[in-house]
Amino acid sequence: MTLSEEQLAEELSDGAAMRVPSRARVVAARFFRSSQGRIGFAVLALMFLLAFAGPLVSPWSYTDKDFTAFMQPPSARHWFGTLQTGADVFAVTLRGMQKSLVVGLLAALISTALAAVVGAFAGYFLGWTDRTLSWLTDLLLVLPAFLVLAIVSPVFGPGQWPLFVVMLALFLWMVTSKIVRGMAISVKQREFVQAARYMGVPPVRIIFRHVIPNLSSLLIVDATLNVSTAILTETSLSYFGFGIQPPDVSFGTLIADGSKTAVYAPWTFWFVAGLLVVTVLAVNLIGDALRDAFDPSSSRGRR
Amino acid sequence: MAGFLVRRLLNYAVLVTVAASLAYLLAAAALDPRSNYADRTPKPPPAVVDAQLTALNLNDKTPLLQRYATWAGGVLRGDFGRTVTGAPVNEDLKRRMGVTFRLVIVGLICGSVLGVLVGALAAVRQYGWFDRLTTGLSFLVLAVPVVVLANVLILLATWANENVFGRHVFLVSGEYSDGLTAGFWGHVVDRLQHLILPTITLSVGLIAVFSRYQRNMMLDVLDADFVRTARAKGLSRRKALTRHALRTALIPVVTYFAFTFGALLTGATFTEKIFGWHGLGEQLINSIFSNDVNTVAAISLLAAVAVLAASLASDLLHAALDPRVRAG
Repeated sequence: MTLSEEQLAEELSDGAAMRVPSRARVVAARFFRSSQGRIGFAVLALMFLLAFAGPLVSPWSYTDKDFTAFMQPPSARHWFGTLQTGADVFAVTLRGMQKSLVVGLLAALISTALAAVVGAFAGYFLGWTDRTLSWLTDLLLVLPAFLVLAIVSPVFGPGQWPLFVVMLALFLWMVTSKIVRGMAISVKQREFVQAARYMGVPPVRIIFRHVIPNLSSLLIVDATLNVSTAILTETSLSYFGFGIQPPDVSFGTLIADGSKTAVYAPWTFWFVAGLLVVTVLAVNLIGDALRDAFDPSSSRGRR
Repeated sequence: MAGFLVRRLLNYAVLVTVAASLAYLLAAAALDPRSNYADRTPKPPPAVVDAQLTALNLNDKTPLLQRYATWAGGVLRGDFGRTVTGAPVNEDLKRRMGVTFRLVIVGLICGSVLGVLVGALAAVRQYGWFDRLTTGLSFLVLAVPVVVLANVLILLATWANENVFGRHVFLVSGEYSDGLTAGFWGHVVDRLQHLILPTITLSVGLIAVFSRYQRNMMLDVLDADFVRTARAKGLSRRKALTRHALRTALIPVVTYFAFTFGALLTGATFTEKIFGWHGLGEQLINSIFSNDVNTVAAISLLAAVAVLAASLASDLLHAALDPRVRAG
């Protein structure tokens, strides 16, 4: 459908000096034309705004304790109610949301970068490089990620969350790297890579200049979907005390605390759970719309 | 094919060995069984603690490699050692495997059958109201982590118990009630009451994944030539769809089923822990908290074996079901 439309448009504009739109602009236009993409982007932007600008308008900071209101339901004074300690749920939730968003974004970026590099090297060099890297990938797939993260968790002391992000990323990249490897093998046969090789460009430079940029659409979509995976994994791990450690708060720690008091104090659980679901949903919608935008011929919603 | 299989199996055996060894070394280096004795009153004398730890092969004064050799020797003889309390790991895990198996098999069957049905129906009427509804719902479900889903279900169930039924219809903890004196059917009902919530927790996510998967597979084959041929030779639309389209579209889903099963054997960790089922996943979390090195290592070995066996099974199933793979 799109193809014939494009051909038609080409024929119509025949002869006229038309500016060729850049690929990024085409993709962005396609992305924002889909309602999925628009909604997802708007909601996620709103979530970021809430997480980082919300504390500015809130009368309470996440360290404040209101000793006149313990476990109080939402009111004009405390928008989301208060906890057992007198902490303001709104302020604490936003604090946790900041951490979860940052952890999710960073872990996704690191893991996708890792997948791109490992997959591209394995696919480009083949031979022993490929065998070693593929074997390493398989090993990490077999080793239960949850187990390793949980055993190592005592190392993530307070304030050590960047370490946690790296560990999280270390267990998210394997499947993508296998896909990247397969695509790198076929990209290697393309004319522009062959040309670069015969011109004497060193292999590492070819990989970073030609192979990886040509897989960018896959990588961007993958990074987006990894954000939601990372947020979900972080939540589950933190729920059992294996992730973000106490002085820091995240969605996971908040949900763990909230679920204990949810029966008689629903506000401690439902706000944070709702925000989590909305955030992940928005990220998934963006990922899906991006996939369609990069590759209009692909069937929608393939996972 | 046979040579390929042997090579694959050898590769897997090496992977399992390395993964289990790494898990053991990591657990033995990071966990500290000695600290279990620190807060006992009266405090046991250090010599006693040392003797106990040595007997369990957990003494951190023994070099790590020597402990590893003792453990590996035991594993080769089929003995996973003892837990921190001195009970054999084998016995414990055997019982727990049964529990996990019961939970996972019910959840997986519910999830995959419903998921395939939903996906196939959605594909047949693409962009109809059912398709839109299920697409929206599966997006929503995929955004809800298990810990939130399980807790929401528990909250809903307690609310329903109090306000709708007036008695405990949904039981939220454990596999069965202790000391229940009821006949055979009483026990069956009791187990079902315990089973409902964890099964829903496990299956809802699976339904979402399976239905998306099945829908795409089905859409791919709906316009295929062999379906049109089936229609052309006079089959009704319904027959052509179920006999030819659905059957072909099921192949990848069956292989995915095998793979999910392997992953779930330890992947039901969160569900088990939250609903208090004493399965493998729950024991994994408990053993990390109780510094139980041998149990942690044994469970990771089982997990590695399960994942690889599942991926092998899904490859073989794919070859058995899809004639193109067999020929190629």
